[in-house]
Amino acid sequence: MSLKRIDLLICCGSGCVSAGAIKIKDQFHSVLKDKGLTNEINIIETGCMGPCDYGPVMVIYPEGVFYKKVTPEDVEEIVEEHFLKGRPVKRLMLQDEEEKNYLTNKEIPFYQKQVKVALANCGYIDPESIEEYIATGGYEALGTVLTTMTSQQTIDVIKKSGLRGRGGGGFPTHLKWQMVHDNPSEEKYFICNGDEGDPGAFMDRSLLEGDPHRVLEGMMIAAYAIGAKNGFFYIRAEYPLAIKRIKLAIQKAKEAGLMGENIFGSNFSFEAEVRTGAGAFVCGEETALIHSIEGQRGNPTPKPPYPAVQGLLKKPTIVNNVETLGNIPTIILKGAEWFSSMGTQTSKGTKVFALTGDVRNTGLVEVPMGITLRELIFDVGGGIIGDHKFKAVQLGGPSGGCLTTQHLDVPIDYESLKERGAMMGSGGVIIMNEEKCMVNVAKFFMDFCVDESCGKCAPCRIGLKQMLEILKRIDSGNGKEGDIEELQRLGETISKLALCGLGQTAPNPVLSTIRYFRDEYEAHIRDKSCANKVCLDLMHFEIDKSRCIGCSLCSRKCPTKCISGSREDKYTINQLSCIKCGTCMDVCPVKAISKVPGMHPDVKAKREAEAIKQQNQDE
Amino acid sequence: MTSAPQMHNDLYNQLKEVIAEKKNVRNPLIEILRVAQDIFGYLPIEVQEFIANEMNIPASHIYGVVTFYNFFSMTPRGKYNLNVCIGTACFVKGAPRLIQMLSDELGIQMGETTKDGLFTMTAVRCVGACSLAPVFVIGEDTFGRIDSKDKVAEIIKRYQ
Repeated sequence: MSLKRIDLLICCGSGCVSAGAIKIKDQFHSVLKDKGLTNEINIIETGCMGPCDYGPVMVIYPEGVFYKKVTPEDVEEIVEEHFLKGRPVKRLMLQDEEEKNYLTNKEIPFYQKQVKVALANCGYIDPESIEEYIATGGYEALGTVLTTMTSQQTIDVIKKSGLRGRGGGGFPTHLKWQMVHDNPSEEKYFICNGDEGDPGAFMDRSLLEGDPHRVLEGMMIAAYAIGAKNGFFYIRAEYPLAIKRIKLAIQKAKEAGLMGENIFGSNFSFEAEVRTGAGAFVCGEETALIHSIEGQRGNPTPKPPYPAVQGLLKKPTIVNNVETLGNIPTIILKGAEWFSSMGTQTSKGTKVFALTGDVRNTGLVEVPMGITLRELIFDVGGGIIGDHKFKAVQLGGPSGGCLTTQHLDVPIDYESLKERGAMMGSGGVIIMNEEKCMVNVAKFFMDFCVDESCGKCAPCRIGLKQMLEILKRIDSGNGKEGDIEELQRLGETISKLALCGLGQTAPNPVLSTIRYFRDEYEAHIRDKSCANKVCLDLMHFEIDKSRCIGCSLCSRKCPTKCISGSREDKYTINQLSCIKCGTCMDVCPVKAISKVPGMHPDVKAKREAEAIKQQNQDE
Repeated sequence: MTSAPQMHNDLYNQLKEVIAEKKNVRNPLIEILRVAQDIFGYLPIEVQEFIANEMNIPASHIYGVVTFYNFFSMTPRGKYNLNVCIGTACFVKGAPRLIQMLSDELGIQMGETTKDGLFTMTAVRCVGACSLAPVFVIGEDTFGRIDSKDKVAEIIKRYQ
């Protein structure tokens, strides 16, 4: 870091880049050059700062002024007013409902309850600069471990800290390490699992992109503890920037002598390489991931043998999640007591979450374990967008479950979430408002799991497909009495019998929505009605004749020509031919067309008649 | 598979070099297939057999790997791969509607390629840009918060 008057940190996380951060950075470069200020102001591209919804965002030090939704047109004004005259631009600051301006990033409510451990440098340093990482204390932990601690002492610190795997399962990290440490094998491997496949999750991506050296340092400390000389980063192909950054980090660490032979003059030597995934959700499962690195189909294999005994190339192998590794350097530096002072009895430290869905502050957050869902959604997340109400929160992706208003005061830790049918998962938190149909959401997850099932074991391959068929039946208005019970029976059987974690947890979204939203399932089956007007067969469109002005626009735009009428008689929809595309509602100039819950009586009557006809034919 | 298009010899030579270069890396198959797909645009049986011969492994093994991963395709793809995110966040924020709008604009269904060979529309399970939901990706460019037909049309036009 060169000494300049001002440090301008521009967030170049994926959210801000998609919102145009690169253009803004280029604009700053050109304006500063024009004004001859390049020697005074330092432009730094950082990883994700967190509040993605306000992107592109930036922080200007030394004061820490936070600007949101910056456009290239604002650049000139920021330079002129803020950099030259020392007057921060008020209109780009974050405002609360009372129109109070938040001057610095520390004042913003979004950050108030957050504690950054793994994300400490994310959004604060240039991820492509090893010097900046070292300036924040980087590689000090590795030096300490290699020069003053034995491998057993290292494991003991992690044991004392209470760190558990952040990938979802929550297996105590030190137990795995100890197993491999105690194995006398000459050859051992360390794998960092960056195959973040859960839809709605971008924690590992942000950490790899925003602070790659931290993950690399964590891996080297772990490898020293277990006695591995080779490491692999397995990263999804969908994350090209993360792949590029971690490759660069490895190269820079090698150049600096922090990786390779006899690191820090010790006996420890280490090499790491990057392997990219090829689009298969199941490869997040550790045995499947190992097969994928071996160049095979990513089919999971039964455990035992656990990878810790027989993993990559049949050698003892540790697979740890990105975020788990991100915690390790800080635990070594600040001590196990410091880390275990945060969190609950069984879950220590902090957890990174990706808040998405109908929440005001979507983005990346890190909070202490034990914080309640209410604090996470309403204090950090800023509550629900618009005039809507909170309905449900989905935690843990396709393996997790939905929780509802009654659970808002549940503390977030591995056990209490599991008890209620959800799970910590890797950290995707999807918040839904009252307009969402839970049967539809359950169908979405089941569709995902059917698609991603590798097909090796029957409970997952056949059972999930059956569950999906039943959900489709319910969704299309053909649900029968007993369908809910059948879903539960299948779900419980699959949980017990499936081979790997994907299959065992796949029924969770269905089981948890049945548990908390059974009335919605019943309304779909018995009343043939989707109260939220999401399931197309269980809702219909209606024209309010008192508002219709008879302009005929809907009739002309209708793709199936199922709307008829005249200026005098107004217009009506022929429900039997309607495909529910919603075009009529979009084009109506007086908003006379609306969605109505429930299958239309005409459609119901037609279906019943067809069913009877079919029955007669069968007889 | 006699109807497969004639592949240019240059491309095979290029692939040969890549295989020779990566042969010594441990378990390089997936990396090699990835490069092969970059070179040919897709992985027809002929290319798979070529790799099998070069690497001296069964073609059936390669076929198994190719069909397992979503990333690999055995049919030609358009110049641009248009990936619509159907992750949970995008789903909640209206991915089904986005797919419908793209489908109307391009005149193709999911998995198909436009007649001019420009776009192939595929679905991806989460690109990790959830805060911008609903999202679609063309090449390496991400487009977020797509809520109107006009926005879709404007973006597509940029690539035509």
